[in-house]
Amino acid sequence: MRPTRDFTGRGGPGRDPKLPPGQYDIGSDWPVLSAEATPNLPTSEWTFAIEGLVRNPVTWTWDEIRALEPASYEGAIHCVTTWSKFGTRFGGVSVDTLLAAAVPLPSASHAVAYSHTGYTTNLPLGDITGGRAWVVWDYDGRPLEVAHGGPARLLVPHLYFWKSAKWVAGLRLLDHDERGFWEVNGYHDRGDPWLEQRYQGD
Amino acid sequence: MAVPAPGPWQVATVEKLWRETERAKTFRLGLVAPSRHLAGQHYVVRLTAADGYTAQRSYSVASPPDDSGEIEITVERLDDGEVSTYLHDVVVPGDELEVRGPIGGWFVWRGDTPALLVAGGSGIVPLMSMLRLARRSGRSELVRLVVSVRSPDGLYYARELPGAETTVVFTREAPPSSDRPAGRLSEDDLRRVLVPGATAYVCGSSGFADHVTGLLQVLGFPGERIRVERFGPSG
Repeated sequence: MRPTRDFTGRGGPGRDPKLPPGQYDIGSDWPVLSAEATPNLPTSEWTFAIEGLVRNPVTWTWDEIRALEPASYEGAIHCVTTWSKFGTRFGGVSVDTLLAAAVPLPSASHAVAYSHTGYTTNLPLGDITGGRAWVVWDYDGRPLEVAHGGPARLLVPHLYFWKSAKWVAGLRLLDHDERGFWEVNGYHDRGDPWLEQRYQGD
Repeated sequence: MAVPAPGPWQVATVEKLWRETERAKTFRLGLVAPSRHLAGQHYVVRLTAADGYTAQRSYSVASPPDDSGEIEITVERLDDGEVSTYLHDVVVPGDELEVRGPIGGWFVWRGDTPALLVAGGSGIVPLMSMLRLARRSGRSELVRLVVSVRSPDGLYYARELPGAETTVVFTREAPPSSDRPAGRLSEDDLRRVLVPGATAYVCGSSGFADHVTGLLQVLGFPGERIRVERFGPSG
């Protein structure tokens, strides 16, 4: 693309190399983006399940999942609406720990994360294993706010943030890719911010 | 319901632009490869600097679906906005912008079902596409539009808003002609416009969206029929 007339923007040598292309640093804000009404989910009713192509389908209650080995993430998150936020700190459990209990079958290649609201998003299994994905309930040492997905959300920070399903209820393992809510509506199946995979075909 | 993937990036020519309010301008863009949009969808505008740096933002389409090959987007100027300040301060008719769309298949109204449209401030843009579609197709009875805005000078599309299907709520400063005192959008404001079987489309800031979805649920509106489009500081 030829340059837009007289546009310089905030690029150039001063640009933070930790910012993926097309993103800007939002600082201390954390905008809320969701397509549904914010649900009211008491922890007494919250559950998280792993099902589909696994040897042992497992469902954890709130108390059960919090008794698992804790894990945390510190770093950036990137929203497809072009903001990035640095220095976030989340606490919860690694998806690796959860998958180890459920034991994926060799044929499992993808997952659909689904929420208590009915929201879904698809992920290659390789993107939620190897210490790159968590189910989190703490943010900055405090319980995750409901607007940000509390009591617990998925966290896959190396992909655009719509993949980090709020109000997460489980993972369904599949032997194929099955598009979720935004993906059916034109967003990318993988969503790598460094490759700027925002929309289908990017 | 699935919608087609958005088309590739294309060049759009700014055919016309005009001011809606002190802080908002509408840009009418002529598309090289037009694709009929659905009311509620958005386009992405991408600006490219000489060194290859790019910045892109999404803007809802305000114009109704039609075959003109042109779309209108309304852009609020955010003082620290990288793209909105360029669009407001630099762009003139005849300029070319790179765009991609239409995008979105959730926050859309296809024109044939009852719809309650609730807008906060600049959140009116995608809902205006819906209202214009309803009027143009003679189906105004299907829609109710409630717009919440601080004061009269912040109201977009003011000339088109009077109508049996529309309500404007002023939260800080009401015009002398208004019989409703200025105040936050209330349960009463919404109770009057509830239509059985409607889907609600709520668009505005996150605080506004939470307020409205809360009111709707108090009024017994089913949560699964509420669609929300929120915007944060994304200029």
